[in-house]
Amino acid sequence: MKFIVSVILTALLSFAAGLYLPWWSFAIIAFLIPLMISQKPYMAFLTGFIALFLLWGGLSWWISAANEHLLAHKISLLVIKSDNPLMLIGLTAAIGAVIGAMAALSGALLRRLIL
Amino acid sequence: MRAVLFGVSFIITGALVYILGSSSLLPLPLGQFLSPQHGIWQNAEPVKENFNMALNFPDLKGKATVYLDDRLVPHIVADNDEDACFIQGYLHARFRLWQMEFQTMAAAGRISEIIGEKAIHFDRGRRRLGMVYAAENMLREMEADPVSKSQVDHYTAGVNAYIASLSESRLPVEYKLLGYQPERWNNLKTALFVKLMSLTLAGFSDDLALTKAKAFFGDEQLRVLFPQVADSLSPIIPEGTLFASPTVHPEAPATADSLYLGKTELAGTLSEIEKPDPANGSNNWAVSGQRTQSGAPILCNDPHLDLSFPSIWYEMQVTTPTMNAYGVSFPGAPGVIIGFNDSIAFGFTNAGRDVLDYYAIQFKDDTKTQYRFNNEWKNSQIRIENIKVKGKPVVYDTVAYTVFGPVGYDNSFPATDQPGKNLAIRWKAHDPSNELLLWYYLDRAKNYGDYKNALQYFSSPAQNVVFASKSGDIAIWQQGEFAALWNRQGVYVMPGDDSSYMWQRFIPMDENPHILNPERGFVSSANQRPADSTYPYFIPGYYDLYRGIAVNKKLSALQQVTADDMMKMQNDNYNVFAETTRPILLKYINDSILNDAENKYLDLVRNWSLYNNINEKGATVFSLWFDNLKKQVWDDEFEKAGVALRPSAATLTEALLRDSSFAYIDNINTPAKETIADAVTNAFKQAAVTADSLAAINRLSWGPYRDPSIYHLLGETMMPFARTGLPVGGGEFIINAMKHKHGPSWRMVIELTHETSAYVVYPGGQSGNPGSPYYDSFVDKWAAGEYYKAWFMKRGEPEGNRLVWKMVFEPK
Repeated sequence: MKFIVSVILTALLSFAAGLYLPWWSFAIIAFLIPLMISQKPYMAFLTGFIALFLLWGGLSWWISAANEHLLAHKISLLVIKSDNPLMLIGLTAAIGAVIGAMAALSGALLRRLIL
Repeated sequence: MRAVLFGVSFIITGALVYILGSSSLLPLPLGQFLSPQHGIWQNAEPVKENFNMALNFPDLKGKATVYLDDRLVPHIVADNDEDACFIQGYLHARFRLWQMEFQTMAAAGRISEIIGEKAIHFDRGRRRLGMVYAAENMLREMEADPVSKSQVDHYTAGVNAYIASLSESRLPVEYKLLGYQPERWNNLKTALFVKLMSLTLAGFSDDLALTKAKAFFGDEQLRVLFPQVADSLSPIIPEGTLFASPTVHPEAPATADSLYLGKTELAGTLSEIEKPDPANGSNNWAVSGQRTQSGAPILCNDPHLDLSFPSIWYEMQVTTPTMNAYGVSFPGAPGVIIGFNDSIAFGFTNAGRDVLDYYAIQFKDDTKTQYRFNNEWKNSQIRIENIKVKGKPVVYDTVAYTVFGPVGYDNSFPATDQPGKNLAIRWKAHDPSNELLLWYYLDRAKNYGDYKNALQYFSSPAQNVVFASKSGDIAIWQQGEFAALWNRQGVYVMPGDDSSYMWQRFIPMDENPHILNPERGFVSSANQRPADSTYPYFIPGYYDLYRGIAVNKKLSALQQVTADDMMKMQNDNYNVFAETTRPILLKYINDSILNDAENKYLDLVRNWSLYNNINEKGATVFSLWFDNLKKQVWDDEFEKAGVALRPSAATLTEALLRDSSFAYIDNINTPAKETIADAVTNAFKQAAVTADSLAAINRLSWGPYRDPSIYHLLGETMMPFARTGLPVGGGEFIINAMKHKHGPSWRMVIELTHETSAYVVYPGGQSGNPGSPYYDSFVDKWAAGEYYKAWFMKRGEPEGNRLVWKMVFEPK
C-alpha cells in the first residue's frame, strides 16, 4: 500500500512541479517522498524508478501519439541514429526513471540516517 | 557507514542531474532535452492542434482578427496599418522565430556565438564584407522616414510580444538542439535581413578570379571568353526597342589602358569570402489581356533560390483600410513581398548586374590607419569587430574603412600566412537606402503610376519587377541603382589610390531598361541580360541565357492563354541549351571508335526527347558529356592561369557554333593539335565511364542522378529534418529550374479577372517546427507541379469552409 501511494504521489507531484519548475524538479520530489513515507531503501529505489518511468514514458508517449510520432521519427534519427519513436520514448522513460530512482534511494537513506 | 551510503547515493543523483542537464559530457543535455514537460516533446504539436486564440497586447490600437485557413495561411484583418505590422511580426515569430533570428545572426557574422569556433572564419567574412555596416546605414534611413519607421517599430514590437510570451518549453527545437535562447528583436535585425537578400542576389563577383586570369590571357582574350552579349540573347526589352541617348557619360581614367587593362597582377587572394550561388535567379512574366482567354492579364513568378526548411517564404494576406495584399512575406520583415492586391499583381527576378567591385589599397603601415589616395595619405576609419565565440574568449578583428568601403582582404584575412593585396570592397548594398518603402507602396499600388512611384525606393538588390493591373497594363522594369560605368570598369580589381577609378554617377531610373505594354503582348525576364548591345551603358553582370530564350519562345507561341497553361509552363522541363548544343556534339563525335557499351550511351543521347524529365537517361548522359567537354576545352589553359573560374556553358556552345576550329579546343599540354572531334569524342568516352558507374547504382535517370532535395537551414547536420529524393525534373537553363537543392522557391500564377484567381505553392509549409504537420505540407504538391487556389478573402466576407481557426487580437 505504502508502495503504491508513494509511486502515485511521486508521479503526481513530479508532474505538478514540472509545470512551474526546471526539468530536474522531479528529483527533489522523488527525494522528499521517501523522507516522509518510510520505505526500505531498495523499495524507495523501485518507487522512484517506476513512478518516473511511468510519468516520463507515459507523458512522452501521450504527446507523441497525438503528434502521430512526426517529431519522434526525426529526433530518434538524430539522437539514437535509428528511426524508432518507441525507442526514443523508452530512452526518455529510462532517463527519468534512473534519476528518480537514485533520488528516492538518497531520500530513503537520509531518513534512515537521521531518524 | 549509513552516512557514507547516503553521501554516495546523493552525489550520484546530483551528478546524473548535472550530466544530463548540460552538454559537458554528452553532445546534448539529454535529460533536459527529453524531459516531457520541458524538452522536445513539447514541440511535438498535436496533429489536430487548435490554433484558436484570444490575445491581448497593450501595443495594439484596435481589435484585429487573424483568420487561419486550412493550409495555415493567415488572413490578417486589422483596423490600421500599425496593428497589421505588429501582428505580422507576431505571426512570423510564432511560426518562424528560429529561422528569422538565425538568418539575421548569420548576416551579422554571429554564428560562432551559437556553434563555436568553427564558424569564426565565416563570421569574419560576413563582417569584412561590411554586412553590419550596410545594415546600420539602412537602419538610419528606415528610422528617418516616418512611414517605414512606423512599419518596423510595430513589426519589432510584434516579434518581441511573442518572444516575451515564450516559455522555455515552447522554444523552437533548434534552440534546444543547439543550446541557446532567442534574444529580443530590433529594427537592425530587419535591416540585416534585407542586406542578407542583397548578399544572396547582388553579392556575386568574379572580379578577383578575372584579374588573376587577365595576367595570363590578357583583356582582349577575356572579352572573348567572357562576352558581354551572347549571340542568341533574347533580352528582357525586345530587340529593336529604341533606347534614349544616355544622360550620364562616365569618363575612363587616363591610365586605364596602361595601369588597369594590362596584364598587371592586382588580384591578391583567390580564397574569397563565401560567395552566393550565381544561379540565384527566377522567372517572371505577364501576359496581356489580348493574349489570354479571359481577356484579363495573367502574371507569373517563380523565384529560384536555395531551397530550405523552414522556407524563406511565409504566405499571408494583410487587409487594412489602406491595403489588401496577398502573397509571400519574408520572416524578418514587414509587408507582402511577392503577390497581388485588389488592383495589381507584381513579381521579381534578379537583375544579376555586377554591383560589387574591388580596389587595391596601399596602407602606410600595418596599423592600416592611413592609405594612399590621390598622392597623399588619407586616414581610414578603423572598425573593431568583436566576435563572441561559444565556450571561448572573444575574437577581435580590425577592419579599415576607406572611401570605397571596407578593406575586406588584408594582411590578416583570409589568413595571416597568405598575405595578399589589401582589397577594399565597393558594394552598392553598403549605400544608405530604404527598400522597405518599395513594398509599402507596391502593396498599396492601384495602377502603373503607383508601381513606378514605388520603384524609385529600390536600390539593391536590383530586380526585374514585373507588373500587371486589372486596368489592363503590363510592364517590367529593371530597377536598382547602377553606377554608370566606363567600358570594362569594375571587371577587374581597380587601383585604389586614384579617385578617377571610382564610381562616378548613377544611371537615372528612367534610363534603366523598362517597357510598358509592348506590342508582342507579354513582358518577361529570366535573369538574362536586360537589353541587347544597343543599350547605351556598359552593364556587366552574371546573366543566364537559355531560360530567357525558352520563356520568350513559349510565350510567343501561346494564344488564348489560360492560368492552366501558365502553371504547365512554370513546370516545363524542355532544355533549349541541349536543343542548341546536342547537334554540335552529335555532328563531331567519332562513333566508329566507340565500343558497344559506349554506343549504347550515345543512343540514349540521340534518342533523348530534350525534356529533363526524371526518367530520362539521355539527359544525364548529355549533361556528363558537356561537363567533360568543358574540361577538355578549358582546363589546360585555365589551370595554367591558376584560376578555378571557367567560361559559361553558353559561351562554349556559341564559340563552337561560330567556329569549329575554336583555338581553345587544342590541349596546350600535348604536342598534337586536337580537333573538335577529338575533344567531343574524348569527352564522351569519359562521360560513358561515369554513366556506367551511375547505372550500376541505378542513378542514371535524371531524377535520381540529381536527387532533388530540400535541406534544413543547418544543412547536413540535420538530415532528418530534410526531404530528399523528390520526384522533380528540370534543371539549369530550364524554365523549371530545379537543381539538386536549388530551384523554384515559390510559384504563383495570378489571373487579374474581376475576381482575382491566384494559384500558388511553395516547397515547404507554413510552420517552421519540424514537429508540426504544417512543416512540409506543401512539398508533395509542389513536387508534382500542382498548385493551391489561394483564398483571397474579402473584408467582411462570410468565413465559409476555408476558415479553420481564428486568432483575435485586442488591446489590453
